[in-house]
Amino acid sequence: MQKTLFDKIWDAHVVKQVEAGPDVLYIDRHLIHEVTSPVAFLGLKTRRLKVFRPDKTTATPDHNVPTVDQHLSIKDELSRHQVEMLKRNCEEHGIIHYGLGTEGHGVVHIIGPEMGLTQPGMTIVCGDSHTSTHGAFGAIAFGIGTSEVEMVLASQCIMQPKPKKMRITVNGQLGKGVTAKDIALYIISKISTSGGTGHFIEYAGAAITNLTMEGRMTLCNLSIESGARGGMIAPDETTFNYMKGRKYVPQGSEWDKALAKWNELKSDEGAVFDTDYTFDAADIEPMITYGTNPGMGIGVTQNIPETKGMEGTDKVTYEKSLSYMGYAPGEKMAGKAIDFVFLGSCTNGRIEDFREFARFVKGKKKAPNVTAWLVPGSKQVENQIRAEGLVEILEAAGFELRQPGCSACLAMNDDKIPTGKYSVSTSNRNFEGRQGPGARTLLASPITAAAAAVTGVITDPRELLAP
Amino acid sequence: MPLPIENVDTDQIIPARFLKAVERKGFGDNLFRDWRYNADGSPKADFPLNMEKYSGRILVGGKNFGSGSSREHAAWAVYDYGFRVVVSSFFADIFKGNALNNGLLPVVVSPGFLKKIFDAIEKNPEATFTVNLEKQTFIIDQTNETESFEINPYKKHCLQNGLDDIDFLVEMKDEIAAFEAK
Repeated sequence: MQKTLFDKIWDAHVVKQVEAGPDVLYIDRHLIHEVTSPVAFLGLKTRRLKVFRPDKTTATPDHNVPTVDQHLSIKDELSRHQVEMLKRNCEEHGIIHYGLGTEGHGVVHIIGPEMGLTQPGMTIVCGDSHTSTHGAFGAIAFGIGTSEVEMVLASQCIMQPKPKKMRITVNGQLGKGVTAKDIALYIISKISTSGGTGHFIEYAGAAITNLTMEGRMTLCNLSIESGARGGMIAPDETTFNYMKGRKYVPQGSEWDKALAKWNELKSDEGAVFDTDYTFDAADIEPMITYGTNPGMGIGVTQNIPETKGMEGTDKVTYEKSLSYMGYAPGEKMAGKAIDFVFLGSCTNGRIEDFREFARFVKGKKKAPNVTAWLVPGSKQVENQIRAEGLVEILEAAGFELRQPGCSACLAMNDDKIPTGKYSVSTSNRNFEGRQGPGARTLLASPITAAAAAVTGVITDPRELLAP
Repeated sequence: MPLPIENVDTDQIIPARFLKAVERKGFGDNLFRDWRYNADGSPKADFPLNMEKYSGRILVGGKNFGSGSSREHAAWAVYDYGFRVVVSSFFADIFKGNALNNGLLPVVVSPGFLKKIFDAIEKNPEATFTVNLEKQTFIIDQTNETESFEINPYKKHCLQNGLDDIDFLVEMKDEIAAFEAK
């Protein structure tokens, strides 16, 4: 029988099928951070259990960490406690830990691929929904809850019902100024934030295979925002070129052996998906969100949808959302004033995002009404930004670089957008209060964020791009 | 307790700034924090949890309840506040799994039945409901209207017997080690 890429990897990891129950799924790689792991370690202690396979778990603190003065002790007592607790738990159980300020530190979904921890054909989990990022390498990667973190620590397995399979094909070529982020926001605006629920997505089509690894990671990262557990892309030359030589990937003859296996990782011709969508890249514009979930996105040149035809809780929910944003149906998004710009997060905190942002603002000036937070996804991204001379370009344009962490994406540290302020953000969620109580988030690509940063208003980046 | 809003996301259920605890307790105080309280800490009079006429251990939410983050803190907060059942026409996957792992029963009903539940509460805030896990039924007591709901038989068995997946997996260690050796 023809199998999908997802089937092949999933089936190879089933230790046991529980009768009328979930599958016991073996996990190859487990990533942990300071927020969703402490209660899991506490659970182990209560049950007097050891970590079953400590070498398959890697830790880094990212959600809570400050993005300035990382060499000093963390001021917020609770944050400091969580970060210290992670370090202590890792020491106690023999888990590799990339601490704050060290080489290797960064947002968990940035450092995994960067160090080659993420590999094709693997099952990868983390107590964070954006674990879907790692699917870009042709892995099954998804977010789990803390009880499941405890399961993986205790047994290297979790119990999961097998999800359905969805294929999303994007044909054609992306237009100028249109990025992987725009593909993702476009798809979610079409299938909604619950359209992918119960499914695992495989992305296919020319517009997908033409993406760089960074772009693929951005797209897979946002799979969860459509409700899907994860998204994946079959590995190819782009994948292997990115991986080669990274810290944890096989070397020498082991690399050749791995490559032969990885080349088999694709859906068979004629494999059946439960759900299939096809889109055309030519229909995708630079996107921006106007509401309080990632499905509320439109092309930057378009107007906020009218309420005609909506009723019941649909309409109430929509109006509540626009009222929170301070917008009205029918309004034009372009030209609206903004206050903050946030470049960073596991969605768009990679080196390519900083290159694009820097290329865009080169020779321009940050608008005086805009506060910009530029937060690299990892220490390695930060180092690379400096090595490539991007800092000089950014500083000449009036921007400064901060230190790595999740930062304003979820505002657990001090990087909070003040109440009522508008933030064009390259992150993943525009939920109410996500970037701070009362903050208003507009999700967009790094280029669209750069355009808003230099004009001070929502701007179609294509207007400012060289022909 | 009615919450007739769609896409209630995990950042509303428990905002990220309250995820700094290292133990599984006290999250109920901050359940729906920013919908429930003003910035000065005073309760918002028009939010259902603050309205005296509503009470109970069943939370009724609009479709796509629990979307967003994988934070299990969301399920802990709903449970810690005192709810034991959440009803909606649609749940996000991770929230549903987290709820089941914490003794909080997610009940999926049809959109039409969900509307009937909301209507029953609007008509009579003291309307009562019966959830029967054994028979897998949700009953509007006043009208006796009933809908059955699905639950994975394994998860049902776990909930009824207070078992959890971790015990199950730890028992399997030899099998897991044999799988690794293959």
